[in-house]
Amino acid sequence: MLRVEGVHKSFDDFKAVSGADLTVEAGQMVAVIGPNGAGKTTLFNLITGQLKPDRGRIIFNDEEIGSLPPYEICRKGIARSFQIANIFPRLTVFRNVQVSVLSQQRKSTRLFRPARTMALDETRNILENVGLSDKTDTIAGALAHGDQRALEIAIALGNNPQLLVLDEPTAGMSAEETGTTMALIRRLADEQGLTILFCEHDMEVVFNVAQSIMVMHQGITILQAGPEAVHNSRQVQECYLGGA
Amino acid sequence: MLKGIFNPKSFGLAAGILIVLALLPPILPRFYIYILAVIFVTALLAMSLNMIVGHGGLFQFHHGAFYGVGAYTAGLMLTKTSLPAWLGLVAGPFAAAFVGLLIGVFCVRLTRLYFGMLQISLGSLIWAIAFRWYSLTGGDDGIHGIPLPPPISSSTGAYYCCLIFLAICLFFLYLILKSPFGATLLAIRDNPERCEAIGINVRRHQLIAIVIATFFAGIAGVLFVVVEASVFPDLLFWVFSLEVFIMCLLGGWFTFAGPIFGAAIMVSLRTFVGTYTEYWTLILGIILILLIFFLPEGVWGYLLEKLGPQKQDLHKEHK
Repeated sequence: MLRVEGVHKSFDDFKAVSGADLTVEAGQMVAVIGPNGAGKTTLFNLITGQLKPDRGRIIFNDEEIGSLPPYEICRKGIARSFQIANIFPRLTVFRNVQVSVLSQQRKSTRLFRPARTMALDETRNILENVGLSDKTDTIAGALAHGDQRALEIAIALGNNPQLLVLDEPTAGMSAEETGTTMALIRRLADEQGLTILFCEHDMEVVFNVAQSIMVMHQGITILQAGPEAVHNSRQVQECYLGGA
Repeated sequence: MLKGIFNPKSFGLAAGILIVLALLPPILPRFYIYILAVIFVTALLAMSLNMIVGHGGLFQFHHGAFYGVGAYTAGLMLTKTSLPAWLGLVAGPFAAAFVGLLIGVFCVRLTRLYFGMLQISLGSLIWAIAFRWYSLTGGDDGIHGIPLPPPISSSTGAYYCCLIFLAICLFFLYLILKSPFGATLLAIRDNPERCEAIGINVRRHQLIAIVIATFFAGIAGVLFVVVEASVFPDLLFWVFSLEVFIMCLLGGWFTFAGPIFGAAIMVSLRTFVGTYTEYWTLILGIILILLIFFLPEGVWGYLLEKLGPQKQDLHKEHK
């Protein structure tokens, strides 16, 4: 479904990503791991178009997407969440998700119909799914951290994506919140057949849910394999798990 | 189509105000009728600006340019051509929107302050044309004694014309704000980066917003001609644009009706304090300082907050 081949990206002299390879098959849950500064977030920004690769190819459903702007990549079926809650702080929780659904339905430029009658069921379903249905009228900026993270995922779901890219979905969460969030992500994958690509610091979480794990170190892909193989790989242990 | 957009209470209030305003001309002295008409025109201009500034999050610093284009288009067509008068009046908004599109195409490529700077430069260019091209625009003298068709040539006629068009325009501006486009615009204001990531072409939306807003600014410009029967380059000067910008802040730029209050306050200050002292801007300055400290949400924003449940005007509405 998604193939990243030999992608490079540098900022001035700093090589953030210098040779990343990644394969995501439809229906899989794929994790990207690596120490801080390994280039995980940069890689995700390259996939969803916030950044353009200097070299290499990014192919989604047999189509090169490396040079497309983010909104077109999104329309091809890739939605993402951000590491730092990236929501619409002055709008209600409901509006946050509704805007995303309206965009997916290509209704964002309608001028003379009331928005309050549109995309209601889709929005409600998503909010129910992520457990925010009792907070629909809250102004998003006033939500607790954990709820903002859930909203973050809900906004991404509003695009009804084939591939969901989650940049550290549990960053800054308590153990309990992490559990809830991972259960939600799993459920989305199982029930809606979503393909999920995520990165995560919590190794327990990663080895529990991911079917395939890609390990990055200093911007380079070390290997991509199943959890077992990654766990037993000497190379990975040396560069990454070795210290732990 | 409109069911449920307007809550009955505020709709009733708006209708009530409209009726009262419609009954005023026979009662009030002519001078006050004139001032009210000026407020209507200025309010429409401020409302159109607020659509981009307050709801779109773009620093449109030189909105007066489009007001001026609308006014000059109408003024020139009424004085220099023998085309029917209504054509001149209708052409104003379209000319303003066209110039809005031309300038907008370049400006939306930039963000924040850079957007504003380019806006001022390109807008000032238009001002320079109006100011310098004596043979066409009359230069700094402007054009005076523009002949208007009978029903709107009297001061009462002009008053009703402005009132009716203000009401119609406010209706459409409200409709647009409550539409999916309006909702998306608010989202872009809050977080353009995120909007790109949910499949929204941010620049295109901003450009559409600019074209719509400049169209309404053009209507305001034509109404200015209806009230004053003259045009002059000051309309396009950036200082005036700044005044309009302040009206939005003063009234409450995150609210729908705020700019109307801002416009009313500014026009009244200029008219009434201005007769006592040339330095009325000094008073304005003091008011602005107080505003920043005590009413950061603007006058109307503050009132909405105090009046309670209606405060989420812009947000809470999908039940």
